[in-house]
Amino acid sequence: MAYLFQQALNALQLGSIYALIALGYTMVYGILTMINFAHGDLFMVGAFFCFLLAVYLKLSFVPTLLLSMLGVACLGVIIERLAYKPLRAAPRVSAIITALGVGLFLENFTLALSPYPKHIPPLLTNTTWAIGSLSISSLQVLVIALSLILMLILDFVVQRTKAGMAMRAISWDKTIVPLMGVPVNKIISLTFAIGTGLGGAAGVMYGLAYPVIDPYMGIMVGWKAFICAVVGGIGNVRGAMIGGFILGAVEILVAAFFPSTYRDFVAFTLLLVLLILRPYGILGKPQPQKV
Amino acid sequence: MSMTKIKAAGTALLNQWRFLAGLKYFWPVFLAAGLAFCIAADVYDFVDLYLQLIIIYVGINIILTASLNLINGYMGEFSVGHAGFMAIGAYIASILTVYVFPQNTAGILFPAAILAGGMGAALVGFLVAIPSFKTRGDYLAIVTLAFGMIVKSILENIDAVGGPRGLLGMEKLTTLPWVFFWTALCVWVIRNLVYSNFGRGVLSIREDEIASDLMGVNTRQVKIIAFVVSSFFAGIAGGLFAHALQFINPRMFDILKSTDILIMVYLGGIGSIAGSILGAVIYTVLLEILRPLGVWRMVFMPLMLVLLMIYRPRGIMGMREIRLFTPLRDLVTEKLWRQKKKEASDASP
Repeated sequence: MAYLFQQALNALQLGSIYALIALGYTMVYGILTMINFAHGDLFMVGAFFCFLLAVYLKLSFVPTLLLSMLGVACLGVIIERLAYKPLRAAPRVSAIITALGVGLFLENFTLALSPYPKHIPPLLTNTTWAIGSLSISSLQVLVIALSLILMLILDFVVQRTKAGMAMRAISWDKTIVPLMGVPVNKIISLTFAIGTGLGGAAGVMYGLAYPVIDPYMGIMVGWKAFICAVVGGIGNVRGAMIGGFILGAVEILVAAFFPSTYRDFVAFTLLLVLLILRPYGILGKPQPQKV
Repeated sequence: MSMTKIKAAGTALLNQWRFLAGLKYFWPVFLAAGLAFCIAADVYDFVDLYLQLIIIYVGINIILTASLNLINGYMGEFSVGHAGFMAIGAYIASILTVYVFPQNTAGILFPAAILAGGMGAALVGFLVAIPSFKTRGDYLAIVTLAFGMIVKSILENIDAVGGPRGLLGMEKLTTLPWVFFWTALCVWVIRNLVYSNFGRGVLSIREDEIASDLMGVNTRQVKIIAFVVSSFFAGIAGGLFAHALQFINPRMFDILKSTDILIMVYLGGIGSIAGSILGAVIYTVLLEILRPLGVWRMVFMPLMLVLLMIYRPRGIMGMREIRLFTPLRDLVTEKLWRQKKKEASDASP
């Protein structure tokens, strides 16, 4: 039983990181109907920012986290302005391929600058509490709590503020909303900033939880987060969170009961089954095509 | 339009464009010359080995790109798991030549091994086509993505084929003539499919699936055939790849490989055979030319891709085709259509 709780805790930790990244995919998709495949690599850049700030500037945890988020958010906005904005009227796949290109660029640029995997120094003293046979580390609690706080803030921003209302309006109808005086470009930039900033935060937390980082770490995690977003129903913010926790749970549980090399296999097979049963994701609404 | 009118227009067109009359000789001559050159290069060995390897990679990439273009370009779906089919073909062909075939017959039975790899991939392609009946767009992308990852994961867990360490022991059986043969076959089959009645069905699915269903296109059958043909050739390419490199492991067929193929498709342009060939040639050759740059070549390459997409969002040849690949029938129809439009605009100034 304690073993199960232990694994549940690990699942929550991994799931909250997936969820944070999936949020970036889903927000951008909701507003632009475009899949930002560079998002996983922005997550990687977040982890590298964390490394730079922690090693060379010797900052402590909070400024490292905030500066990394800010840096990744700025990068996200710049990428949107330079690479995606010219393609808004172009066919959807062109934007997707551009995003893949941007992702490859980020990976290989980082690789050219730092060919070897880097080790993130422990920014926080990690204490472990033992409750019965259950051991809880403060790092785990921090990752889970921080992710939940960030998600709650995001949910508040999207559901309750004027900017959030504008985001939802743009994803609802792109032709009418600009006529109502909504500054579409600013809102899109803001969406990118928030989405990629969350990805950067996930990068920092991932770096703390699994300290060895390399330029290709964003690929697998990024694609998995994309799967989370789709499983939850792409474009749906709450769906992305649920999808993240589901994938985290599935991966950890598979690794707990089977040889860990089967993890990807079982996780992806389950996702296929889920998608066949619910083709529009858990919280996604089927969009009947009008003829 | 009556048949006689089309025929008359066709003859008129042939008279008008003299080079079209010579067109029917182009392909036989080109293919014979190409094959002769490849066999000569293989026998007399006058082409530098490094250059030979690059030409082999170009051929394999053309097969991969053209076959993926059938699904992503002509049918308008977004498949991201092409490397998975390639892996199946590569492993089946390698297992056959290394373990199954009796010694010293691998060279003779090589085409059979490649064919078996293609068949195996086609069978799996059939299974992947089934979810595409209901799911479309991003959700189908996920299905194919998950498929690619499942294939890699399964291969990593089968110890008999080396698991994550990979499989080796293949002889270098992929020679220029074979690559030329399979590439030409792939381009020929896909070009003929696209311009056949079946190809019209594929295009109609891209334009509007519901409408094409209502017009009587058997969309399920069309999707199955498209997926099977596409994965068959991906498997062929995988078998050739394995016997060119003489070593395979599951990591070679991961998501990065699929991304590579996608980039070649969209670089060359969707819905175009000439585009597929151009995309594969340019991407492969450019990567080789940039090799002195070391790691930085993989930094410049994506940058160029992004710039290309911004200034030419449909790729180099997007949705257009060179005359060599267009049937005369289509050229005639297009010309008649233009004429009619011109007459209509002349009549009402």
